[in-house]
Amino acid sequence: MNVLLRRLLGVVPTLAGVVVATFVLTRILPGDPAVFFTSSPSADAATIEAVRQKLGLDQPLWRQFVIYVGALLRGDLGQSITTGQPVLTDLLQRLPASAELTIVAFALAVAVAIPLGVAAALRPGSLVDHLCRLIATAGVSLPTFVTGLLLIYLFYYLAGVAPEPMGRLDPFATAPPRLTGFLLIDALAARNGEVFVSAARQLILPAATMAIFALAPLARMTRAAMIASLGSDFVRTARANGLKWRTIVVTYALRNALLPIITTLGMVFSYMLGANVLVERVFAWPGIGSYALDALIGLDYAPVQGFMLAMAAIFVAINLIVDIAYSIADPRTGLFGHA
Amino acid sequence: MSAPLLTIEDLTLSFATRRGTVRALEGVSFEVRAGEMVGLVGESGSGKSVTAYAAMGLLDASARIASGRAVFAGRDLLTLPRRELDELRGRDISMVFQNPRAALNPIRPVGRQIADVLARHAAAGRAEIEARTLDALRQVRIADPERRARALPHELSGGMCQRVGIAMALACRPKLLIADEPTTGLDVTTQAVVMDLLREAARANGASAVLITHDLALAAEYCERIVVMHAGHVVETAPVAELFGAPRHPYTGRLLASAPSGAATIEALTPIAGALPDLRRDDLPPCRFAERCERRAADCAAPSLRLEPCGPDHRVACRHPT
Amino acid sequence: MRERLATAAYVLRANPVSLAALALLALLFGAALFGPALAPYDPLATNTSLALRPPSAAHWFGTDQLGRDVFSRVVVATRLDLAIAFAAVALSLAIGAAIGAATGYFGGFADAAVGRVVDVLMAFPLFVLAMAMVAALGNSVSSVVIATAVINLPFYIRLARAETQMRRHLGYVEAARVGGSGHLRILRVFLLPNIAPPLIVQASLNLGWAVLNAAGLSFIGLGVRAPTPEWGIMVAEGAQFIISGRWWLSVFPGLALMIAVFAFNLLGDALRDIVDPRSRT
Repeated sequence: MNVLLRRLLGVVPTLAGVVVATFVLTRILPGDPAVFFTSSPSADAATIEAVRQKLGLDQPLWRQFVIYVGALLRGDLGQSITTGQPVLTDLLQRLPASAELTIVAFALAVAVAIPLGVAAALRPGSLVDHLCRLIATAGVSLPTFVTGLLLIYLFYYLAGVAPEPMGRLDPFATAPPRLTGFLLIDALAARNGEVFVSAARQLILPAATMAIFALAPLARMTRAAMIASLGSDFVRTARANGLKWRTIVVTYALRNALLPIITTLGMVFSYMLGANVLVERVFAWPGIGSYALDALIGLDYAPVQGFMLAMAAIFVAINLIVDIAYSIADPRTGLFGHA
Repeated sequence: MSAPLLTIEDLTLSFATRRGTVRALEGVSFEVRAGEMVGLVGESGSGKSVTAYAAMGLLDASARIASGRAVFAGRDLLTLPRRELDELRGRDISMVFQNPRAALNPIRPVGRQIADVLARHAAAGRAEIEARTLDALRQVRIADPERRARALPHELSGGMCQRVGIAMALACRPKLLIADEPTTGLDVTTQAVVMDLLREAARANGASAVLITHDLALAAEYCERIVVMHAGHVVETAPVAELFGAPRHPYTGRLLASAPSGAATIEALTPIAGALPDLRRDDLPPCRFAERCERRAADCAAPSLRLEPCGPDHRVACRHPT
Repeated sequence: MRERLATAAYVLRANPVSLAALALLALLFGAALFGPALAPYDPLATNTSLALRPPSAAHWFGTDQLGRDVFSRVVVATRLDLAIAFAAVALSLAIGAAIGAATGYFGGFADAAVGRVVDVLMAFPLFVLAMAMVAALGNSVSSVVIATAVINLPFYIRLARAETQMRRHLGYVEAARVGGSGHLRILRVFLLPNIAPPLIVQASLNLGWAVLNAAGLSFIGLGVRAPTPEWGIMVAEGAQFIISGRWWLSVFPGLALMIAVFAFNLLGDALRDIVDPRSRT
């Protein structure tokens, strides 16, 4: 467990760097933050000066940084001028929308990519293998925003099976009482089948868009890792001992191939966090990506700063989870022992 | 003379590679009799391992078997359906590999890996499999088998990994054990220990064995009979004493002269001139040693060179043997 | 070298897809070089009486909401999109290789510091970082180039550093050192040429990604501004017409993007096969 603790501590300097980077980036954003913080573009010079003092913007940069870090430590990410709410409230409000979308898309991608990659590795040169190669190459070539629009054209306009790509719920459905913010879960908790179906229908196209994007690197890595472990010496030993095909593929080859796959999973998840912004834009999805984008375009910088921090924090957390998952999958790390 | 347990007959195979077809084996024939240990000797690239892999059904997809049979206990291993071959492998024929650590699953405790083989071939309950796993480890003199069984390969030394490899190969008491360079990469003292164990364990089980090695001295020490291979051909086979006393093929003579134990002094140690011919060539001569041979004559280029008897249990593929 | 060429020939023969990639690349470069001459219409000329016409013989890819010829715009945009990608990749390749090789060779404090900075850069989802940078630097083509270059930088630094460290103590480097070569000379003459092939493979694999990234930025309204013909903007402008079935506005520039990225990815894969056949997946 000691290794885990060290890994946790190792995150601290990176997070500190992230805080500094975010501070610097937002300080060089164009425009005067004081003007935005007054929440009214027509404020007079005196008001602006008052706000400037209140925000500490008349202080030297290092003092500003101290103030900024102090506020951060209190959980204060500032105020958004577009929504008039604290950024933290806004982010927490919207995070579940992004999380639900990303997690469903991720699950979808994993469910398709890993079996596909394994099948391709088992029969190199076969039809499945060519399909896998095609998906792996075409998938990374497809810009998410184009995939999204194509899916909308096909399933909304042409086939008419998907709902209008506007947000998380049909405009006529009422949202279930908020428990987790995940509509699918909240709808289930409220035993409201209708809302569940409505939310799922809204979710499926954006999730598919993201999944297609994530599919490619995953399928490719699964295939490569499986080919490598199927060609390894220990699989040869297993074959020489006449072990059952299933045992060889699952217990010997896949179990070992899982290690690089887990690392790729972390990478793919982080790509998806970035892609979120684009997908949310295409589907008018009220997540933190579209929130940050609106803020960025409106030169509302506190939300941008909060968004960047949130993204980096999530990202660091994901990496930690990947590390832990890796240690569980690989007994050689000795972190969780082995039986 | 007892009946052969394994007969390789006229085995010819090639590999399709990026840069042309490699004619890896041509007309390879030899036999392994019950209870004996045969040494398969040659330089690297001579086709020793490929021959064993062909018999074990371990060739990779690029291999094409053009002709030949590998008859084990009356059945041709090369045409046996996968299902039946899988019944045999690990139970009646098994193999010990080089690079012992890489040959074991890195993330599975070694005891479990032996148990996997036992569970596959023996109709036994968990407790019995566990007991037999520990027996197998004890047979290769692993102290404290209960603890070692739980170890992962990287927690064991190379020599210890090879003991596990041998224990695994012998767990189901096979009739034939093929050991592919089992001591490569181990240090000298460990080599001797591992080889002694191998011989002892094979004898205790009444198993025949094939020892694949480039080390003629090692083969001489542990084997009864030796099959010399060169560039995908068997060039000579004979009992150890006969081969060492009167090698007939010029290549065998040179192999003996290049082996440290065959020479009286360092000065007498002569390297073998030239390299193995490129097996991708279309114009390979009938005798693939001809281009490196001092005794080469005009009729060496004539086709259909065969292994011919030339003494008691002694055969050679040369038109001008020494 | 002849060996490499032989492998190249083999890779091309064994993988007809690479041949297709070469053809696509030729098409792209043709469009980039001769775009304005090839375009049948002025990409900026509006004609509202011809707005939103579906593809026809006169307008192969149809017309957009202002009656501009989509085909002309897609063709003319090639130069800008490729130029952004090439400039960004070249910039990060040059800077990344220099920083990576130097830190890998000298080690020490600078190495540790650069490592930390790279860690921090990598702690952000890269697209998000690029977004913020373009916003900070102002909406312009050069901001997009810089942002794209910066988010790619960590990969080159890490690669160059690892490759240099691996070779730092090899015989020929030691020999040069004993022979009295200075550090800079060793880096320039002995190390850089040897670490170049993996870096170039990485660069070619990165080109497609750079194209995507730049177009993505334009798509969300950062970077290149309308009415400049650029694929990302064109897709964004056409997006609102997709739900009413006017697919051609977005699909053709989207397709162009896809082809560009696809061709660069295939090129990268083929190059990697040639430089390092073992890593073939």
